[in-house]
Amino acid sequence: MQSIILKTATRLMVGLMLIFAVYVLLRGHHEPGGGFAAALLAGTAFALFAITEGPDQVRRAIRIRPLTMAMTGLALGLAAGLPGPAAGKPFLTGIWWQAGPISVGTPLVFDLGVFLAVLGSILSMLLCLEEN
Amino acid sequence: MRSELSQTGKVPDCCRAGLFSSLLPLGLFVLLCLAWPRVVQGHMFTVHWNWVPSLDLALAFRLDGLGLLFGLIITMTGFFVTLYASTYMAGYTQLGRFFVYLHGFMLAMLGIVLSDNLLLLFIFWEATTVLSFLLIGFDHDQAGARENARQALLITGGGGLFLLMGILLLKAAGFPMTFGLLAASGNLVRAHALYPAFFICILVGVMTKSGQVPFHFWLPNAMRAPTPISAFLHAATMVKAGIYLLLRLHPAMAGTPLWTGTLVLIGGGTALWGAIQAIGPCDLKRVLAYTTLMALGVLTLFAGGQTVLSLTAATTFLMVHALYKAALFLAVGSIDHQTGTRDLNRLGGLMKCMPLTALAVTGATLSMAGFPLFFGFIGKEIMYKGALAQEMFPVFATIATLVSNALMTAVAAVILITPFAGPLGGKLSLVCEVPWTMRLGPAVMGVLGVMFGIIPEWVSAHLIEPAVFAIHPDREEIRLVFFHGINLPLLLSILTLSLGALIYGFRSPLRQGLLTVLDRLWFTFPGLYQTGLDRFLTLAGRFTSIIQNGSLHIYLSVIILVMIAAVGSVWLPHLPGIAKTAPLSGPWIAAGLFNFILISTAVVVTARHRILAIGGLGGVGAGVALVFLVFGAPDIALTQLLVETLTLIFVSLILLRLPPLEKAKPPSRSRTLRNAGLASSAGLIIATLLLATLQTPLDRSLTAFFETGSMVAAHGRNIVNVILVDFRSFDTLGEITVVVLAAWAGVNLIRRAKER
Repeated sequence: MQSIILKTATRLMVGLMLIFAVYVLLRGHHEPGGGFAAALLAGTAFALFAITEGPDQVRRAIRIRPLTMAMTGLALGLAAGLPGPAAGKPFLTGIWWQAGPISVGTPLVFDLGVFLAVLGSILSMLLCLEEN
Repeated sequence: MRSELSQTGKVPDCCRAGLFSSLLPLGLFVLLCLAWPRVVQGHMFTVHWNWVPSLDLALAFRLDGLGLLFGLIITMTGFFVTLYASTYMAGYTQLGRFFVYLHGFMLAMLGIVLSDNLLLLFIFWEATTVLSFLLIGFDHDQAGARENARQALLITGGGGLFLLMGILLLKAAGFPMTFGLLAASGNLVRAHALYPAFFICILVGVMTKSGQVPFHFWLPNAMRAPTPISAFLHAATMVKAGIYLLLRLHPAMAGTPLWTGTLVLIGGGTALWGAIQAIGPCDLKRVLAYTTLMALGVLTLFAGGQTVLSLTAATTFLMVHALYKAALFLAVGSIDHQTGTRDLNRLGGLMKCMPLTALAVTGATLSMAGFPLFFGFIGKEIMYKGALAQEMFPVFATIATLVSNALMTAVAAVILITPFAGPLGGKLSLVCEVPWTMRLGPAVMGVLGVMFGIIPEWVSAHLIEPAVFAIHPDREEIRLVFFHGINLPLLLSILTLSLGALIYGFRSPLRQGLLTVLDRLWFTFPGLYQTGLDRFLTLAGRFTSIIQNGSLHIYLSVIILVMIAAVGSVWLPHLPGIAKTAPLSGPWIAAGLFNFILISTAVVVTARHRILAIGGLGGVGAGVALVFLVFGAPDIALTQLLVETLTLIFVSLILLRLPPLEKAKPPSRSRTLRNAGLASSAGLIIATLLLATLQTPLDRSLTAFFETGSMVAAHGRNIVNVILVDFRSFDTLGEITVVVLAAWAGVNLIRRAKER
């Protein structure tokens, strides 16, 4: 789309939106947010980018194929379930480690998997439609 | 796909993967050998892990004599076939995939013969069906390979469903799924009113898998696969799965006239039909496929017997057949690989250029023909003994065995003499011997065929008897010996050889006669299969064109109509009881939001420009998201807002490409009215349902549980997210799987639309 206002605004917006998406992803455990919302946010950012700069630029920016990203997300989700059985608990049981003041656990990995799976799915369809 | 004439004797580099992966079957073989002495002493190795105790499904495995015999055959053939394939398959694409399928298949097959639970066995059974489909259709760029793979899948898969039905019937009748316990309650099984149903269901599964008439035709057609696959699946392993199941269920289900009579008749019929057809084709592989049918028929026949003798005959012939058939398949593959043809009319004189292969084939065919000193001779002797002692139809069993054995002798002569003897054809003089990887298997199996024929006592004590003891309560010892003295079986053996020689002499007129008869048959089972499949596809096509006519408008109308009818019919009688209004306790801004949503909806419906309609849709979405926010659900509001934004982007991407709305012909008045009626009825139903929901007090116990548990158990204050990624994360995993699959399907649909 040939709009200089949109183009200029997009350059600023996309970066901010992506950073915000990461923020939403990480705060999700305590405040509204989480992997799904973050993926939608990042998807919207890339959609904006694709509308102004074209889908090829988006593909170049994300480097990996969107479906690969989605599959990686699924694999991460599965992998996050494995420490549970390893510790003798049911599949996908959350396992937590205390690292100083913050606790890190498998649900974080799982959330990251959700993020990648949803974002990859959105991007694969979006870019395909854009190229059509 | 591969070079016609391979001249190099060296192993190409690209096959290191095959050489390396042959360590897996070799390792398993060695493991089985380590367990062998204990099994011979009567020890049974068992492991048991619970899987789904409520279904009586456990990861239970056992290694007894029968499992060991099959396991040794599977892993040994697996090793030689992998080694062979590492050279044979050079030049094929997707080799990695090939070895994964092959070894997956081998493991599934081992799973069948080692599981100690019927349901577990069924899972492995299905795995072999699916993997054999992938292997038969390995040359998937050829229509014939795809078709034959589909045929095998439909027939063996369909039989698998019958088997499952039989197993579930057994289970529903209260019988245990573990083989040991099932065998112990054998008398109850046989006396059960549903016994014929158990038997027939399981029998159909066995017959499809083991190529019994009338389900036999998929097996010769499966010869489309590359030769290592044919050698492994259709000679030594998969088709024997049915035989294995018959033997394994023998203690629990055999002993009735139904069992013996049916199996003897079906087995004898299959043996005769396979043996007669084996003299027909010119393609060496098809010849071998029909001889496999004969072997499977004979095995079924002897699995029908009740006596130790009959079972000994079955297990002995099983070994004889596995050894010579795998060797012959591999040798035929070698001939094909070196000369580029398997046509009997074009081959000849290969003895001079492929002497080692010729030697291996000599060993294998002599064993197949049942010459003295070879293992096949021992097998034939015990077969005649078993057939003569059969409880039902002994005459039929003996004649079927005799005729099919005589035909086998003739076919063995054809396989040995035609390609190897005689003058060398002009083009064939360039042919050279195959590399060692392709020679080792036929050679070792050929040598074993001779060795076992010389020391039958050892084989019988270490392999046959442990296998038979595992499935028969009587500890009657039937030793295989080299020479029994002059008796009826020996006379029958001599008769077989002379008959075979006679058939070999008259093979040309016999072949012509057979082909003429086969051509004139007005009814064939493959024809029946084809007609059935065609009819089914036509029916499916018609049905699909009705329910999938491509109009989104009709799809949506049907979905909404069904929803209205289903909910409405239940809901209508309760309608008078619900409150007509609901008190709105929200802030004043909520009322404004509702009006905003209503106006936006009106805009969407009445818009004359697409961009306006899209704007209206965005208004509805944002309004709903704000309603969530106002009523204290920020999490849902956030997600809703983001979903609406993305939906809007997608909708506009698609809609703005369509022809402009103002140029489109406006829909007819009646259609508009119909749509309006549907929409408002659906809206009314949902509205009344919501009103009714408000009347019942809210159950907050779950909320309380999550509120207290969230921080303690899951280290998170955001309950919604904690539920999503921790408490109910398995649901989420399923959901993201659906999302990814939907995206994948969507991408492919869009791409396909683009290609058109």
